Amino acid sequence: MEDLSLPKIDYAAVAPMLILFGVACVGVLFEGVLPKAARRVTQLVLALLGLVAALSVIVWQSDTRVLTAGGAVAIDGPTLFLQGAIIVLGIMALLLIGDRAMEHGGAFVAQAAITVGSEADRKQAVKEQGATEVYPLTVFAIAGMLLFVAANDLLTMFVALEVFSLPLYLLCALARRRRLLSQEAALKYFLLGAYASAFFLFGVALVYGFAGGVEFGTIHDSVTESTQSTVLLYAGLAMIAIGLLFKAAAAPFHVWTPDVYQGAPTPITGLMAACTKVAAFGGLLRVLYVGFDGVAWDYTPILGVVAVLTMLIGAVLAVTQTDIKRLLAYSSIANAGYLLVGVLALSKDGLSSTMFYLVAYGFTVIAAFGVVTLVRDADGEATHLSRWAGLGRRSPLYAGIFTFILLAFAGIPLTSGFIAKFAVFGAALDSGEAWLVVFGVVTSMLLAFPYLRVVVMMWLSEPGESTPTVSIPGGLTAAALVIGVVATLVLGVAPAPLLDLTTSAADFVR
Amino acid sequence: MRPVIPYVTAALLFGLGVYGVLRRRNAVLVLMSVELMLNAVNLILITADTTVRAALPQTGQVFALFVIVIAAAEVGVGLAIVLQLYRLRATVAVDDVPLEKVDA
Repeated sequence: MEDLSLPKIDYAAVAPMLILFGVACVGVLFEGVLPKAARRVTQLVLALLGLVAALSVIVWQSDTRVLTAGGAVAIDGPTLFLQGAIIVLGIMALLLIGDRAMEHGGAFVAQAAITVGSEADRKQAVKEQGATEVYPLTVFAIAGMLLFVAANDLLTMFVALEVFSLPLYLLCALARRRRLLSQEAALKYFLLGAYASAFFLFGVALVYGFAGGVEFGTIHDSVTESTQSTVLLYAGLAMIAIGLLFKAAAAPFHVWTPDVYQGAPTPITGLMAACTKVAAFGGLLRVLYVGFDGVAWDYTPILGVVAVLTMLIGAVLAVTQTDIKRLLAYSSIANAGYLLVGVLALSKDGLSSTMFYLVAYGFTVIAAFGVVTLVRDADGEATHLSRWAGLGRRSPLYAGIFTFILLAFAGIPLTSGFIAKFAVFGAALDSGEAWLVVFGVVTSMLLAFPYLRVVVMMWLSEPGESTPTVSIPGGLTAAALVIGVVATLVLGVAPAPLLDLTTSAADFVR
Repeated sequence: MRPVIPYVTAALLFGLGVYGVLRRRNAVLVLMSVELMLNAVNLILITADTTVRAALPQTGQVFALFVIVIAAAEVGVGLAIVLQLYRLRATVAVDDVPLEKVDA
């Protein structure tokens, strides 16, 4: 038997992931050894410190361009940029998750194992503090996302996909209020997610059969050189795309999105809308740009149709929604379509503008869900749109913030939404994908209608008996809101630094 | 030589899994169908391992090990969620799961 030689690992380059996986494991240990009273603060501080440490390593390593761990992990410009984006957005989501000022015990149930509606459940809803397992679970999910955008072969990508999905399934089931809805959302997300990842894996196996390896470099070479029949390649790519588009919430793989976004605890919805989207598109970019760029001519029309369908379905169905979380879910589907337009530009501009869009959208959407956590009545969050009527009179400040956020979603100038849409549409035009841009602009106009309807409702209706109050946010939520709104404004007024950063980062290593 | 039988078996297993997910109402059976799909993939990986001229030998078998571990983790999480639902409603039929109009 020959000697086994271990692959060289550049520990500094993979340190952010190691730190976060380590922090999550320590967090699980803390659950076992710390007294209940001390857990929440310790866990929150530990998770935040871990994220900040990982972010500083990424900044320190910002010039690294290396393939490491036997070619399984690629640390390059897009990886570092997207990892940094995931961590910053993850910190914001963690601030929302950690806040307990609006509701006694926070947004999470104390013991998910207690049957809904039982005597014990009523007791825990009133008295108990929320579960602290959410912090390690969140850190596991974020660490998995970091690995997902760095994965340089399909198997690592599959492992990372599961590492970030499994904690998210559990987090969805942990809402304190409306626990039935939350658990059913988790079941739906889990079953469909497992189904989609089985397709992804089948695609991996087919591509392995075609290329004889699953590294993107190997795939790239055999796409151009192989004399084999390409049936395996196309079938494999299609199935891999199904898995990734499911996570990205693109039509026709979007059906889980509204139910899950509505049922999950709102801070977790924010985490999913921002970070999962960054991770899913990071993975999609690497698969299409690094692995399968040789067959770009064949997949562009198909993914283009998917993009158009996604934009149309998101925009049209957003109009009919009566629940603010479902409205934001359909808006997130439509935004997945705009992101696909950027991806399909298949150029350096396409890559950099997609990365810019991901960051801009992430900041705005977390701030939006932050405001949703504030508007509440005795039963928890008042998410039905009719309840939001007249909110502008009750609390002009938060209605103003939400109006600004909605205008950013609609892509009004001086907000990051405008610059981001401009960038992806510009990149697509340069690559000759004008038909995508036409659909993009048309659906943007369509999508502006539901946003403006909410704005009009908030400002021009009289507040009624049932108009809920806006809670004074705790310090953590306030911090997340401020970060989100300021980022949305700054990226809209002075986007040049981030645009330069995305342009300089837009180079994959192969 | 092309090992036709394992490939066809794997394709049948995968098809069976897809059919099961789409047709079964019981959440546990849906979960089992997903497992069937994953095992079909394992069969393909191990078969492909013997025919594909890979850069490294036996990579397909190693992939199968990864898939087995992840499938186990997935079942752990999945059964936890299904068990919750069973405690709640004393049924695991997925089309009895109303996602709208529940205010508890």
